[in-house]
Amino acid sequence: MPEVKDREDETAIEKVKNGSVSRRGLLSAAGGTVALGAFLAACGGDDDSSSSSSSSTGSTGSSGSSMGEDDSTAMFGEGDLGILNYALTLEYLETAFYEDVVKSGLFKGSDLETIKLFGSQEADHVIALTDAVKQAGGKPAPKPKTEFPLNNAKQVLKLASTVENLGAAAYLGQAPRIKSPEVLAAALSIHSVEGRHAAALNTLLGKTIVPDGPFAKPAEAGMVLNAVQPFIVD
Amino acid sequence: MTELKTPSSEMVNPELAQIEVEGHERSDILMKGALAAGAIFGLGAISPFVRNAVGKADMGDVEILNYALTLEYLESAFYKEAKTKVKGSSDLMELINTLSTDEDAHVTALTDTIKKLGGKPVKAPKVAFPYTDAASFVKLATTIEDTGVSAYNGVAPEIKSKEVLAAAGSIVQVEARHAAAMGLQNGTSPAPDAFDPTLTQDEVLKAVQPFLVS
Repeated sequence: MPEVKDREDETAIEKVKNGSVSRRGLLSAAGGTVALGAFLAACGGDDDSSSSSSSSTGSTGSSGSSMGEDDSTAMFGEGDLGILNYALTLEYLETAFYEDVVKSGLFKGSDLETIKLFGSQEADHVIALTDAVKQAGGKPAPKPKTEFPLNNAKQVLKLASTVENLGAAAYLGQAPRIKSPEVLAAALSIHSVEGRHAAALNTLLGKTIVPDGPFAKPAEAGMVLNAVQPFIVD
Repeated sequence: MTELKTPSSEMVNPELAQIEVEGHERSDILMKGALAAGAIFGLGAISPFVRNAVGKADMGDVEILNYALTLEYLESAFYKEAKTKVKGSSDLMELINTLSTDEDAHVTALTDTIKKLGGKPVKAPKVAFPYTDAASFVKLATTIEDTGVSAYNGVAPEIKSKEVLAAAGSIVQVEARHAAAMGLQNGTSPAPDAFDPTLTQDEVLKAVQPFLVS
């Protein structure tokens, strides 16, 4: 992807890729409407992308696979601890999302049961990751304040599918960076469950269960965090 | 289960000692590295995932890939046959096609990777699957996919190369997606557990033995 010369002319997607969007910047960058699909396209894995911009804070919008070079979990802590806290943050987000969805009353019957099940599993992930961080002598990342757009059942299912597919990609992106075999085993046991969630939601939407084809694509932390920023409120 | 109070107390947790005693060279090296870095995790929260994941002595990456290849051959043959043998709904037949495409791609990729690493890919085993109709097929498919997920998750922590690990992770996520979709067809949960269980190589081979024809 070519370097973007003039920041003012950047589209929202380019801003995400360049990592030049600050916390609240995403909403204004997209003209007030957040199209999560666009952010995912930015994360999605343009595997040949050679562009990356890393600021001194370590956040980058680069895509593609870098074996262990992405250090954008450093804000959460060093090494495996940082990865665990990054995962914990995502699990907090997913748990909160499903709780909000249940409360919204938009679903009933078997769809509601599925949502409740997935929400309880994300809550279990929060517990396990919190424990793992504590056992490592680290401080668990705080639960973020979140807000999700919940307009109608279809839109919510789409958002759920987006979040789960992103979550699975996030775990896959971290797996090669993990040093401890136990942490890796734990991460993989969660990673595959997020894949299950994604596939189930895609089925409900009538979409393919394997949007990436036979090989799931990893997503780097910087992009994942940019993609979920719209849902984190001050 | 004894939980660690301080990260540097190496021998406080008996599970860690047990893993070291089992004498897995690579796991030992990683364990010692992890211990040295103070990055010890009490296994209370996550020991179910570790127990089986470090269960087999020092398989090299090629051996691990051949283990995976055997399972992928099995799945590939399973779905290839299902395309004509199973009479099911259009949704199910479409799913079979998708899964068939995926498993074939996994066979190709694993074979190529093994060769690139200078190894010799195992041959496809002769297989036979005992189902009689769409319902029994779907039930079996769910079991086979679940077994695949547990197999990959079980062996992955032993993989030495980061690239091979990334590839295994990329495949296991797809197997998990398969498992969820077949679970939905089967009328069971797409995600039976919050944490996917692992299986040792011995457990996996025991599980698939019924399908291997000598």
